[in-house]
Amino acid sequence: MKTIRQLLVITVSLALFAFAVSSCSKREDSQAGQSIINRALSTEPESLDPQKSRSVQALDVLRDIGEGLVAYSASGELIAATAVSWDISEDGLTYTFHVRRGARWSNGDPVMAQDFVSGLRRLVDPQTAAFYAAELANVVNAAAIVAGDMPVTALGVEAVDDATLVISLLRPTPYLLSLLTHPSTFPAHSDSIAEHGDSFARAGKLLSNGAYVLVDWQPGSIIELRRNEQYWNNANTAIDVVRHHIVTQEMAEVNRYRAGELHTTSTVPPDNFDQLRVEYADELHIAPTLGVYYYGFNLTKPPFKDNPALRRALSMAIDREVLVEAITGRGEAPAYSWVPPGIENYEPPKLSYADLSQDERNALARSLYKEAGYSDANPLQFELRYNTSDTQQRIALAVQAMWRDVLGAEATPVNVEFQVLLDQMRDAEVTEVFRSSWFGDYNDANTFLAIMQSDSPGNMPRYANEEYDTLMKSAAEQLDLDRRRLYLEEAERVLLADHAVIPLYFYVSKHLVSPEVGGWEDNILNYHYSQYLSLDAAE
Amino acid sequence: MLRYALRRLLGAVPTLFLVIVLAFLLVHAAPGGPFDDQRVLPAEIEANIAAAYHLDEPLVVQFLRYVGGVLRGDFGPSFSYRDYTVSELIGRSFPISLQLGALAMLLAAIVGVGTGIVAALRQNSPLDKVVMGFAMTGISIPVFVIAPLLVLLFAVKLQWLPASWTGSQGASRLLLPVISLALPQIAYVARLTRASLIDVLSSDFIRTARAQGLGTTSIIRYHALKPAMLPVLSYLGPAVAAVLTGSVVVEEIFGIPGLGQLFVRGSLNRDYTLVLGVVVFYASLIVLFNLVVDLLYGVIDPRIRQR
Repeated sequence: MKTIRQLLVITVSLALFAFAVSSCSKREDSQAGQSIINRALSTEPESLDPQKSRSVQALDVLRDIGEGLVAYSASGELIAATAVSWDISEDGLTYTFHVRRGARWSNGDPVMAQDFVSGLRRLVDPQTAAFYAAELANVVNAAAIVAGDMPVTALGVEAVDDATLVISLLRPTPYLLSLLTHPSTFPAHSDSIAEHGDSFARAGKLLSNGAYVLVDWQPGSIIELRRNEQYWNNANTAIDVVRHHIVTQEMAEVNRYRAGELHTTSTVPPDNFDQLRVEYADELHIAPTLGVYYYGFNLTKPPFKDNPALRRALSMAIDREVLVEAITGRGEAPAYSWVPPGIENYEPPKLSYADLSQDERNALARSLYKEAGYSDANPLQFELRYNTSDTQQRIALAVQAMWRDVLGAEATPVNVEFQVLLDQMRDAEVTEVFRSSWFGDYNDANTFLAIMQSDSPGNMPRYANEEYDTLMKSAAEQLDLDRRRLYLEEAERVLLADHAVIPLYFYVSKHLVSPEVGGWEDNILNYHYSQYLSLDAAE
Repeated sequence: MLRYALRRLLGAVPTLFLVIVLAFLLVHAAPGGPFDDQRVLPAEIEANIAAAYHLDEPLVVQFLRYVGGVLRGDFGPSFSYRDYTVSELIGRSFPISLQLGALAMLLAAIVGVGTGIVAALRQNSPLDKVVMGFAMTGISIPVFVIAPLLVLLFAVKLQWLPASWTGSQGASRLLLPVISLALPQIAYVARLTRASLIDVLSSDFIRTARAQGLGTTSIIRYHALKPAMLPVLSYLGPAVAAVLTGSVVVEEIFGIPGLGQLFVRGSLNRDYTLVLGVVVFYASLIVLFNLVVDLLYGVIDPRIRQR
């Protein structure tokens, strides 16, 4: 009997404890009459420090909390934000921004040109160890500061007075405005950072100059934002509370959407996609984005080194239409260029064989393959590496089959964890053909073309072509946007003719958006600022 | 008893140290680093980041720095949650995992022991077969199948319960995760209780009790239950560990900010300090729970106490 009593005591105390904990962790219910939107983030932001964060998800939340000199409209047009206007010098090397007089931090302090200077200096400061420090490479002295050779005060950014900011550049940078929408270039409130140190980007401490203030962040679960009453454009903000739920599993996300717990999803899973397409025809939003899925060659080792004809054969033998229809199947566009279509002031050239039918491509590919010295008796053998995931595997197996059926080439699929693949691509020792992707940081062809320059750290195939580098350099020196565009397009033509990579398809953004949500516009950047959204009925 | 407990605790120190050494070597041996990304960084920026997290030091120095920190109760800054320290993250998420685990264990103990007793008393009856059939199913179906099925039924179709942790503020958000977590444990406990009780009921001292004219209820309550609980109790120690680690899946499915989820994200992101912190923390817990079970054993079984 004593035992039973002891067991009872233990269980009751456990139960009491459990409920005590559950009552502390309960969040205060929001006041009635507020409009609350529930959005999904597919991974947890690694930081909400504007200068330190890197992931797409962190940047999405930061665009709600902070505001740069310029921003994007709901449809993805560049618009004035904390800057009311700007002047660009004739040589394109000096940008003068006029900061909005009414702009305020969430504590009521005015947002001044000096705050932008602090933010940009913080970005290049080696102490900050910011991932996006290289974004400012074209600003005077930025590179030397990042390398630790100059003090941050040497940065070519100056507050002439409280409302005037001057940015000096080394070379014309037509995409500078686009860069200045990026959260890493948001202003910094130096007093607050000095006071709170490394923990300044926490709920209750983080000052905001955007439409929302961070009120709660429970790692692994939710980020809650509330309307910033001090925001200069607060009158036009419709939604009072934004809850960004962290939902890492795609199926769980759909279930939560179906259960009415989410107004918007971050993606839509491939499983049951056809069923969802029918069931939620009006709520499913699919739009092109700035992302390319590609297979890269290791250009430092045989058999692909110095062998563009063989690379071309492999590229031609892939039926991209089949891939996007039967394998990915969520509205992706087959890729015949490196830069995705729809980018501003740019018309991507196409792979030379883009206009041929697949049968014609296959025939040409076969003859190129033979010319390269391979045959059924002596087939090309290599490894195709991809990161472990259902989608990657299905694509890899399909491509493997196309290469085998069309050319007789024997590709061995090898799957490794994502971090391992990154490591192997960088080392370029064991890789032969590998899968990768690239997403643009800003709406300009440069964000895609720059990584294929021979000195770019993102150049995974180790592509090196002097002609390409020269064209890119000439493009960078152009003031005239049309001439710059011609150089960039010519560079891409060279890149495509060399077949350093096989672009397979362009990514699309996929969201389920509840019919209650207003103001949602699909755009190529896939940015959906909460401040532009509204809800039909306040809950 | 106190001396025994102290001796066991001291004995845990080398075990934990070994865990730290192994875990440290393993996480650093895993290919890829915490800050690798498709977007490869320029060398200077990479150097700045490595310096900020002491990743540029020799491994031995990093290890000594880490052990020194652990001795002071500091698990270092997290790499994948750059605004938080590991101790803070564990401090936030452990109460949630514990709450979930405690409730699941409670449910498992009550329902499992209850059904086990019923099944044992009606041995080989249709009721027994049905209950044990359910138990077998509970053991066989993994939690990553049960949990989504429960969500589909109760959250999506019937809309009675929230599909996720943040879907509701109240206690209702605990129900589905706790049930998913408890089901396999209920099954185990029920089967253990049944087997052990049947075993005890056929022993000599029970026959003596019967011969003396005691009723079935009294026999169960005063004589049979206590010895029958021994195997169940010894199972509960590892079960607590199983519930805490099994919660990784449940936490992922329901989006619960618990320790298991931290561990998974930490490993995928090569967040060295976070993974190490959670491993060390789990290891300490398992050592502690085993100790507690051993002590409880002594309380229940006098034969062990005397030894």
